[in-house]
Amino acid sequence: MELLAVARGPALWASLAVLVAGSLWRVAGILQLGAKTDLSEPRSTRLLAGAMRGIFARMIPRREFRHRGQLGVWNGYVYHLGLAVIVFGYLPHIHFVERLTELAWSPLPDAVVYLSVGLTFVSLFIALMERLTDPVRRLLSGFDDYFSWFVVVLPLATGMIAIHQAYAPGAAPAPPLDPLPLAMHLLSVELLFLWLPFGKLAHAFLVFASRGVTGAALARKGAIL
Amino acid sequence: MMERARTVLDSRKAPDARTAAREFVAQAGRDAAFQLEACVNCGQCADACHFHRVTGNPRHAPIYKLRPMLKAYQREAAPFSSLRKALGLAPPEVTAAELREWSELLYDSCNLCGRCTLVCPMGIDIAGLVRLAREGMAAGGFAPADLYKAAEKALDTGSPIGVRWPALKRQIELQEQETGLHVPVDAEGAEYLVVLTSIEIMGFPECIGALARIFRQAGASWTIPSAGFEATNVGVQMGSREVAAALLSRIVDAAERLKVKTVISPECGHAYSALRWEGPNLLGRCYGFEVVQITELLDRFVREGRLRLRGKDARRLTFHDPCQLVRRGGLTEAPRRLMDGVSANPVEMPGSGAASFCCGGGGGVSAIHRAEGLRFAAFECKKQQIEATGAEALVTACSNCRNVLEEAIEHYGMSLPVLGLTELVAQYLEPEARAG
Repeated sequence: MELLAVARGPALWASLAVLVAGSLWRVAGILQLGAKTDLSEPRSTRLLAGAMRGIFARMIPRREFRHRGQLGVWNGYVYHLGLAVIVFGYLPHIHFVERLTELAWSPLPDAVVYLSVGLTFVSLFIALMERLTDPVRRLLSGFDDYFSWFVVVLPLATGMIAIHQAYAPGAAPAPPLDPLPLAMHLLSVELLFLWLPFGKLAHAFLVFASRGVTGAALARKGAIL
Repeated sequence: MMERARTVLDSRKAPDARTAAREFVAQAGRDAAFQLEACVNCGQCADACHFHRVTGNPRHAPIYKLRPMLKAYQREAAPFSSLRKALGLAPPEVTAAELREWSELLYDSCNLCGRCTLVCPMGIDIAGLVRLAREGMAAGGFAPADLYKAAEKALDTGSPIGVRWPALKRQIELQEQETGLHVPVDAEGAEYLVVLTSIEIMGFPECIGALARIFRQAGASWTIPSAGFEATNVGVQMGSREVAAALLSRIVDAAERLKVKTVISPECGHAYSALRWEGPNLLGRCYGFEVVQITELLDRFVREGRLRLRGKDARRLTFHDPCQLVRRGGLTEAPRRLMDGVSANPVEMPGSGAASFCCGGGGGVSAIHRAEGLRFAAFECKKQQIEATGAEALVTACSNCRNVLEEAIEHYGMSLPVLGLTELVAQYLEPEARAG
């Protein structure tokens, strides 16, 4: 079987299976730890509202904590938004999702996506530099942090290599790209899928739980969220 | 309950890392686990922490302080921990040497102030997790010796500094002479039970007279118990739920014995946290009475018209937010409304409320002698917030903050009186009420 066929077939399905099963296992493993009922008299019983507020409010730093010189904070927005634009706005990616789920939406102009690729790439390297040079981040960081960074950058790099010609809008979903770079790109994405449930990238879904439980707990006390 | 508490104190004689690790894991329930798992090591919490800001020491990054707990959790309880162990990828066991090293990080350099919690983009309640991690440290015998001693004294005498009933009785008598008002003791069926901190009793006894004036004008019945009067809970500070429960049960016993409707948590941040939020969970049952913090009660009385204020302090006054009352306790507005009622010129510090800096002594730090230098250093952040206001006096609603602020102000050669909010309110009550 050709490498591209493997990447598009068994490797893709296997990595997706690990992604889904691993993520569910991780969440279930945490849920089974259980939680004790809080017996104190709540100041507010609007815990769901508190959880939702916790989830959304933390998307932007509180006004009191916004100050200049926090490159890491603002850089985080750049690569998260950049990745979102690339993953959800690029036509080949939409076709890829459509093949798997039959869901599709309008793509962003190629120029916007290519600009995002450039910005995201630079932004991810700034993030790495920060992690390596800032004493706090360097102390905190370990294999998980660096490998997670690597598996995010790798699909970006292989994707850039794979694009050697414009992908014509409206074209049939047949590959206009060279098979080998495309296969490498797919395999790098599959590596990301394989790693995501086990490492720091799982914050993609754990962040909602973490923010939610804290939001609910603080709302219960009427504390500052 | 007392025996279990004393067993925890005995752990310091033979510190055991495995006991600590077991307790770390036991504390990592669902909510804590979601938070431990969500961290992306972004380090933003370091910028929020006053200890890190003044020392620049990366080890003072709040999330780093949780490393031993995280390791124990990842090794024993986290999803995939068995797989990791089988593959030889699990973190090593926490060691006694490591925990001795972390004692400074989890106690001396953390006030449990929760500033880091508010800045964490993952929504991790780091301060809450440090509180849980301290359970492991205390159970394993790795809490600071000063806190074990204070806990022992509290179990023996009722107070972490050995204040017994005769000392309080004497202070009550002096305040009765001063105010000409009767202070009810052990009055069964009173509406309000007032408990106090040792710092208030010995350092700021005028708060008792202030309470007498306040309750008289409000027309409310109240009492102080001769047993179970101490609000300070060193068990919560050191991280021993056994000690905390034993100390707390004395207040609950007093409240139930005297059949009061409401227990008033005094001017003390962590006492409020212990009594109001942790108490029922420590005892494993709901209270049969309400717990109200004194500023909450004063605010309620003023708004109901039961307290009538007259005149205002003309000085430029600024309010220091006790972390456990305001940021962590949900009492942001009540003290501010009271301040507006008694101050002609109240001024807010930059970042007041959410981003207010701790005085440096919260979370038991003021009781740890070896942490004194670090505490004074950390005060630099608070000092800047105070100085930005140009205030002529500082007001707060926590006797521990007040004590710590006074010490730090003296240390830095500043000249700024620190006032208690309750006393300030009592000072501006309508005079006829004061005259009785």
